[in-house]
Amino acid sequence: MASSADTAGDGAHGAEEGETRRDFLMLATGAFGAFGAAAAAWLLIDQMNPAADTLAASTTEVNLEPIKPGQRVLVKWQGKPVFIVRRTEAQIKAAGAVDLASLPDPEADAKRAQKPEWLIIVGVCTHLGCIPSGTKQGEVKGEFGGWFCPCHGSHYDTSGRIRKGPAPKNLPVPAYKFLSDKLVKIG
Amino acid sequence: MRKYLMSGAAALSVVVLASGNAVAAGSAVKPPEQQWSFSGLFGTFDRGSLQRGFQVYNEVCAACHSVRLLAYRNLMDIGFTEDQVKKIAAAKEVTDGPNDEGEMFQRPAQPGDRFVKPFPNEQAARAGNNGAFPPDLTLMTKARVGGANYLHALLTGYKQPPKDQKLAEGMSYNLYFAGNQIAMAPPLAEGAVEYADKTKATIDQMARDVTTFLAWAAEPELEWRKRMGVKVILFLLILTGMLYGVKRKVWSDLH
Amino acid sequence: MRDSKFKNPIIAWIDYRLPVFTFMEHELHEYPTPKNLNYWWNFGSLAGIILVIMIVTGIVLAMHYTPHTAFAFDSVERIMRDVNYGWLIRYIHMNGASAFFIVVFIHIFRGLYFGSYKSPRELLWMLGVVILLIMMATAFLGYVLPWGQMSFWGATVITNLFSAIPIVGDSIVTLLWGGFSVDNPTLNRFFSLHYLLPFVLVGVVVLHIVALHQHGSSNPIGIDTKSPQDTIPFHPYYTVKDLFGLGVFLVLFFGFVFFAPNYLGHPDNYIEANPLVTPPHIVPEWYFLPFYAILRSFTADALIYLPISWLMSAKLAGVLAMFASILVLFILPWLDRSPVKSARFRPIYKQFFWLLVIDCVILGICGAKPAEAPWTYIAQAATAYYFLHFIVIIPLLGFFGKTKPLPTSISEPVLKGGGGSSSAASTKPMEKA
Repeated sequence: MASSADTAGDGAHGAEEGETRRDFLMLATGAFGAFGAAAAAWLLIDQMNPAADTLAASTTEVNLEPIKPGQRVLVKWQGKPVFIVRRTEAQIKAAGAVDLASLPDPEADAKRAQKPEWLIIVGVCTHLGCIPSGTKQGEVKGEFGGWFCPCHGSHYDTSGRIRKGPAPKNLPVPAYKFLSDKLVKIG
Repeated sequence: MRKYLMSGAAALSVVVLASGNAVAAGSAVKPPEQQWSFSGLFGTFDRGSLQRGFQVYNEVCAACHSVRLLAYRNLMDIGFTEDQVKKIAAAKEVTDGPNDEGEMFQRPAQPGDRFVKPFPNEQAARAGNNGAFPPDLTLMTKARVGGANYLHALLTGYKQPPKDQKLAEGMSYNLYFAGNQIAMAPPLAEGAVEYADKTKATIDQMARDVTTFLAWAAEPELEWRKRMGVKVILFLLILTGMLYGVKRKVWSDLH
Repeated sequence: MRDSKFKNPIIAWIDYRLPVFTFMEHELHEYPTPKNLNYWWNFGSLAGIILVIMIVTGIVLAMHYTPHTAFAFDSVERIMRDVNYGWLIRYIHMNGASAFFIVVFIHIFRGLYFGSYKSPRELLWMLGVVILLIMMATAFLGYVLPWGQMSFWGATVITNLFSAIPIVGDSIVTLLWGGFSVDNPTLNRFFSLHYLLPFVLVGVVVLHIVALHQHGSSNPIGIDTKSPQDTIPFHPYYTVKDLFGLGVFLVLFFGFVFFAPNYLGHPDNYIEANPLVTPPHIVPEWYFLPFYAILRSFTADALIYLPISWLMSAKLAGVLAMFASILVLFILPWLDRSPVKSARFRPIYKQFFWLLVIDCVILGICGAKPAEAPWTYIAQAATAYYFLHFIVIIPLLGFFGKTKPLPTSISEPVLKGGGGSSSAASTKPMEKA
């Protein structure tokens, strides 16, 4: 009795067959238990993901009717600000004329707007999440006439592309769909 | 409370006692046991019954009773398509706003909205129902002793009152309701709805269908829960068996 | 550091400065445990694991719960319907409370049967009683949070217990409520305290374990370990035994969670709280039923109330009796003067132990029944017997209870009964390298 108990305490197992079978059983049980623990851990983590009602509310419909040419408006989508701009011909032209090679995040304006007249972008600075100014009248629009993030000084152009400052990316374009000429669904 | 579990000290076995349905029984009769598609270890909701039940709720019950915890999008879980759900939702109006003028406005409901309530608040509901308050039905099968059996029994339990029983003004006699006097007039009549799948709309059939629908409304996770439960229990049984083997091996040193 | 028993240099480095690994080695690995513990000794560690499960699921639920009377009920239903796996987490937490009490009750009755509360483990036992009290408070506070009808009326009834206190009672109740009825301020503070108390519980559990490890576990024959031959290291012997016990528990527990999650609950708690309608038959959760029966036993015409009727109101007597039914456990180590611990060697005490078990079950049944004859009389008799057991029978048995002859050590019965070779007795005491 004592000798085998000593072995168990020491951890200095002999290479007998019984020992091997025991080690295998222990390994298998350990693996099984670890799988169960991992499954439990996963659901405790997954509960933090958006709930079903949150996901269901994640589209926003916007009536474009009252927006005048040149006007910028701000709507809320998934708790975030979305900029909707009805651009003038001049603005569209200016945005399209930029040399892509000079951009930190090269992207053609035509790819950023389904209809050139309507620019729809998420108004969250790609640096650290502040809302760039420039949507409301009288706000600073930055050196490129688009938006300017006051937190750390990023300048965006009239297509919402980053031109200067610490932000790495252009303001992202959300998924959206024109339900009709004057009605757009974001999300 | 139907049953209580008492733990004895020296026995792992626990003594389970049924204490009867003592809840203000009055002269109410215990509802008979019914066969439900969703009972048992592997029970699932009968999809046809669920959709018919929704029709009964929508065309009959919804005039007075809310199911405020359900959203229209939930109907996709019982087999309605997205377009059907959009149509069902759009038939109802919800209050939204305020708009740019600061006014609240009515708009058609969307799948993400909760079911529209027939009355805006309890006072309005009482005013519209002779002083009685039609309770919300979302959790009804969980909130009553007897659950689905009780609900089905209540819906089919309208009878002629015994000669010696006087009913108050506007009340109906129901075999299964506590005190036997219920403010709800018999809600179901033969052929009250016309089922799309041509099922004959008898009172029993409609009661069965709407009860199934409400059981789902109360426990929408039921099918998922039971499916997952079977897997988890099987897994734990194997793991426990293996642990017993390890325990035997480890302890074999001592004997 | 060179002499460290840990081969891994990183572990050795850390342990030299912060001896956590030495601590774990001592308390979890080498920790000498009597080798004759039976499965009734599984319930202590099991209770600890359930406490962890409750804290983890509770923290997760608190991420979604809203402690406001207008939103509490709906936020719980949102957890059940919309939060990912919310229904599972909530059902685990809900049934976990019941499981916790079942396990702790078994743990307590095991202590009563085998005399685990006797010297030198009095403080260990008393810390256990403190744990029970904190558990009860936590469970009560938690039951209020879903804001159903039973939550609301349970909170109303239990807080009203304090109104029995003479002179200041009503002021105390107003203080507890933060208003003139159970309302939003009450719900808010109950949520705060329900979050706090489990961590207090963890602290007391740590003390409970420190006290346990001071003299080691008691054991079924009640003779303390005398030589290393009587003990085995906690790991792997009891870790694997506890894990197996945990497996059995989880099978039963998840059986409830997945297939009868509301079996132990009350339908009325799925109706949102309504301060203007009391449900016709309110009962507490099952684990409070015996105490509830004791509380209700003291009525103005009850026989057990007559001897103290000149002293206090029946209401106050009931409240005091309910608390006394737990507080009496604090002085149990001094009520029981028998030098023999285990009921195995106290045949008469063993009979009375089972009578007490039956008495507690009867009290539980009475607590579930409406307060009317014959249940009120049965409850009164069972209440009287409960106190008779602790105050009269236990002390008397200490002096007059016959006991059987005790074995000389733990190893003795094992060697005799196990058909072990005589060489086993002569082998070296087992020691760690």
